[in-house]
Amino acid sequence: MLIRKPSDIPSSAITPKEQYLNRRRFLRNVASGAVAVGAAALGADRLTQVFSPKVAAFAGTKLQTVQSPLTTTGEQLTSYEDVTHYNNFYEFGVQKSDPAQNAGGLPTRPWTVHVEGHVKKAKTFDIDALLKLRPLEERVYRHRCVEAWSMVIPWVGYSLSEFINQCEPLSGAKYVQFLSYYNSGVQRWASQTTIDWPYSEGLRMDEAMNPLTLLTFGLYGEVLPNQNGAPIRIVVPWKYGFKSAKSIVRVRFVDRQPSTTWNEMASNEYGFYSNVNPNVDHPRWSQKVERRIGLPFWQQRRATLMFNGYGDQVASLYTGMDLRKDF
Amino acid sequence: MPKSILVLLKVLVWCACLWAFVNLVWGAATNNLGPDPTATITFSTGLATLRLLTISLAITPVRRLIPKLNWLIRFRRLLGLFAFFYATLHMLTWVALYAGFDVNAMSVDILKRRYITVGMAAWLLLLPLAATSTNWAIRKMGGKCWNRLHKLVYLAAVCGVIHYWWQVKPGVLTPLTITLVLGVLLLARPVLAWSQRRRVRTVPA
Repeated sequence: MLIRKPSDIPSSAITPKEQYLNRRRFLRNVASGAVAVGAAALGADRLTQVFSPKVAAFAGTKLQTVQSPLTTTGEQLTSYEDVTHYNNFYEFGVQKSDPAQNAGGLPTRPWTVHVEGHVKKAKTFDIDALLKLRPLEERVYRHRCVEAWSMVIPWVGYSLSEFINQCEPLSGAKYVQFLSYYNSGVQRWASQTTIDWPYSEGLRMDEAMNPLTLLTFGLYGEVLPNQNGAPIRIVVPWKYGFKSAKSIVRVRFVDRQPSTTWNEMASNEYGFYSNVNPNVDHPRWSQKVERRIGLPFWQQRRATLMFNGYGDQVASLYTGMDLRKDF
Repeated sequence: MPKSILVLLKVLVWCACLWAFVNLVWGAATNNLGPDPTATITFSTGLATLRLLTISLAITPVRRLIPKLNWLIRFRRLLGLFAFFYATLHMLTWVALYAGFDVNAMSVDILKRRYITVGMAAWLLLLPLAATSTNWAIRKMGGKCWNRLHKLVYLAAVCGVIHYWWQVKPGVLTPLTITLVLGVLLLARPVLAWSQRRRVRTVPA
């Protein structure tokens, strides 16, 4: 068997992402000439694995999806290239281009998600079981980063609520906390910051149960590239991007507001709720406008929408709350 | 130093200083400024400013340490003016691409956001230095007075580095390198002055 533990592979032996992508594309092109396209794509993936055993074997595999009524329409998609090469994933480096370069070592199989806390019974879910739990939907969402840039991304997944129902939370579960994968060997870039890893995020139970909150496995119809939070992440489209935890290994149902990474780092800058809100400035910059990624610099600026444009679906979650105080 | 070598060096320094700008213009012309062109322009001009300021501040300590390299002084004005050039581009990027020429948004930014306040201060500190960079101005002001005014560059550089720290997210350490280099260069001045004084005292005339 060619599968090895990631720590046994020197980083020099890991095929650079660009190279294996090219090889896969090449193989796919060659193979599709002779064999049926579907089989070829599958075969090409297998072949690349044999040629260069690597831990990031699954990113890019095609996923079967169904249409979703919850998809956002009328927006031009951000290119696959930009979605996958402009990332904040500080465990793999603080520059936007770092995660695409460095996340190759993330061991996405085998992968389990451990569920604990206020649940009927603590459980461990295997990633492949989670992929089959519900039909995967393609959902286009606007993605607004707290740094005032935005994208439009076709995610693949199903509502987090479907998963939460499988977890059987007890009435004491008021919040749900997501903990991301952390291994200082695989993610040695994490020490470029003073953050206390692993990355932690959280949602109030009703936010987590809102159908818009997506348990995400892919984008652009393919398995998530590692730098986008493979193999499993959440996407909360009406909140700033950092609320959407990546590469989740642990889900904890808790009775009080969990401690979350950026909120711990600077509570005056990153509130627990962090709903997209053009009327509440970040202390260091305005949130009224955003820069759309992938456009020429003179076309990037656009107005930021309340709840990132998802107010119809989510504004009712916050009735009676002062969103300036609970930002 | 022979004149021909000096000319050659000047050409090389010009090319090096223009490198970041040419890259940006080329990138803009070929639509190749990365996923977030606005951020690319901002970061690249800001970094060029800090780097050029730091290099220009290295010239005096290096000359003190190695008197043979005295001729480096001939490059200091060039570096300083290029630093101001990039600082101005950096500031204009904010005016045009972030504030969208909205005077109201700009004044709110300057008053409310400390990294913009201190960044603006840095640019304003560089402005009189660039304005008095001509030989004519030096003659007119007199060397002593001109020197005193140009001490502002220390303050501008410090403001620039603070601007960088206040702009990155808490916990991010990317501004550390330039901060350390600048710290060493600023400390080198009193240290060199002190050691020189000691030498003068111990060596009888």
